[in-house]
Amino acid sequence: MTRFLDRSLILHLAVIAALFAAQYLLPSYHHTNIARIMVLAVFAMGYNIAFGYTGLLSLGHALFFAAGLYATGLGVEQWGLPTGIALIGGLAAGGAVAVATGLLALRTGGVSFMIVTLMFAQAGYLTILYFGAVTRGDEGFVISTAARSLGGLVLSDSTTRYFMALALFAVAMLAKLALVRSPTGRVLVALRENEERSRMLGFDPFRYKLLALGISGLYAGAAGAAYAVLFGYVGATFASIQYSILPLLYVLLGGAGTVLGPFLGALVMFYLIDISSGYTTAHLAVVGLALLILVLFAPKGILGALRERGLKWLP
Amino acid sequence: MAAVTLLSARGLTRHFGGLRAVDGVDFDLESGRIHALIGPNGAGKTTFVSLLCGRIPVQSGSITFAGQDITRLPAHERVARGIAYTFQITSIYANLSVFDNVALPVQRRGSRTLAADTMAALDRVGLAGLAGQTAGTLAYGHQRLLEIAMGLALSPRLLILDEPTQGLALSEIDGFKALVRSVIPETTVLLIEHNMDVVMDLAETITVLNFGQTLASGSPAAIRANPAVQAAYLGGGHA
Repeated sequence: MTRFLDRSLILHLAVIAALFAAQYLLPSYHHTNIARIMVLAVFAMGYNIAFGYTGLLSLGHALFFAAGLYATGLGVEQWGLPTGIALIGGLAAGGAVAVATGLLALRTGGVSFMIVTLMFAQAGYLTILYFGAVTRGDEGFVISTAARSLGGLVLSDSTTRYFMALALFAVAMLAKLALVRSPTGRVLVALRENEERSRMLGFDPFRYKLLALGISGLYAGAAGAAYAVLFGYVGATFASIQYSILPLLYVLLGGAGTVLGPFLGALVMFYLIDISSGYTTAHLAVVGLALLILVLFAPKGILGALRERGLKWLP
Repeated sequence: MAAVTLLSARGLTRHFGGLRAVDGVDFDLESGRIHALIGPNGAGKTTFVSLLCGRIPVQSGSITFAGQDITRLPAHERVARGIAYTFQITSIYANLSVFDNVALPVQRRGSRTLAADTMAALDRVGLAGLAGQTAGTLAYGHQRLLEIAMGLALSPRLLILDEPTQGLALSEIDGFKALVRSVIPETTVLLIEHNMDVVMDLAETITVLNFGQTLASGSPAAIRANPAVQAAYLGGGHA
């Protein structure tokens, strides 16, 4: 059994190594894209912990992403916090908002949980618009280059940005791999598979779901915080429903309940939009078609389908 | 050996609308024994044990386990105190491996050597060789065994088995009986069972439920001789 576990660890380390090498090989346009995809993949990995592993279908993750984005963005831009502190604040804000949401939303389940999380996120979005004097509403605000530095590193520089995104991505992915292989990860999957059985084995469903949602929120908050300082823009669009749906699509496309699925999904989706919009203005129709094909032929996503067809060891 | 009461219920009641599923039942369970719960279909047996293990909240009455009132405790805390329940309808994690199915209760109980303890728990029911298989692909009899293995892996003080032999072949039933005997006296067993041969063979005490109430309670011989029990089983009222 150990051999199998090692094989998956090697695969994940290889992905990180490939992304490291890609920095030197890719032209600058793709280079920025990949940095963005890695940050969005962290968001989607967090979403996957709640949805893919624990079975919590949230439609409100934009709220947690925005919590991290605004905590860090406002922190450096308006409250004059050091960038490092603001980043930690963004991470914490994502986790705290997720736990607070979970304390109420987890009293429900299934469809009600989707609706309640959606409502929380909408309330968050409207709150950002309401306090437009501070948040600059829809228009958003740009983070000054001066604020985008961390211990001498200039985060607006594209190479530094790439490596910071990669560092966050690598830590997030390895932490997730450790989580899903741990006894706690086994309980999360057990809740997804059969909640009543898990309760009768002595696991408190509420406590474990809250934990999953909290960790998921930390990921979303970290991604939001990183997004603010790496790409230098904070705006209300990131709190809109679109950013709750995106991680869901990434996860479904890449494979729910797989460690690498969210990254793969974000990568494919990003380039699907990027390439198709070069040919047609109806690029969302292309995305829709791709999703239809996915649902019809690989309902468990790309990696989910591979796992069913022989790669059973894929975590 | 002096009888020690592990669990007792007083005036336990649960109505569903007008249906009196469990209606003021008094019940005592002695430690280290096999106690069977029988009764016609719809007598309230599963509802009764669901009240004991916390799957269904108690409407009125009280439950004491190992000297402490557990009436209001949620199910997962009752499990932590040593009450394990195995489902009437097999409720395993069909998409997970046999190993993971049993690793869950082993880790809940607390184990430093999870893999070894899990394999030992599987070995006890003879499923160690199938550890890597997906649980949903097991033969039905093996799924029933896995269900019991999950309960046993919690090392419970009380194991509640809800119709464990349902659907088992005769040859499998002998193995099951040996397994249940092997857990006594560390684990007390409360058994809901329709197969009277199994009940008469295993149980030291039998409680008969009918229409949500206790009809009789006593040794197998006394229950067999009880006219009220015979009437209930033969179609009550006419006898």
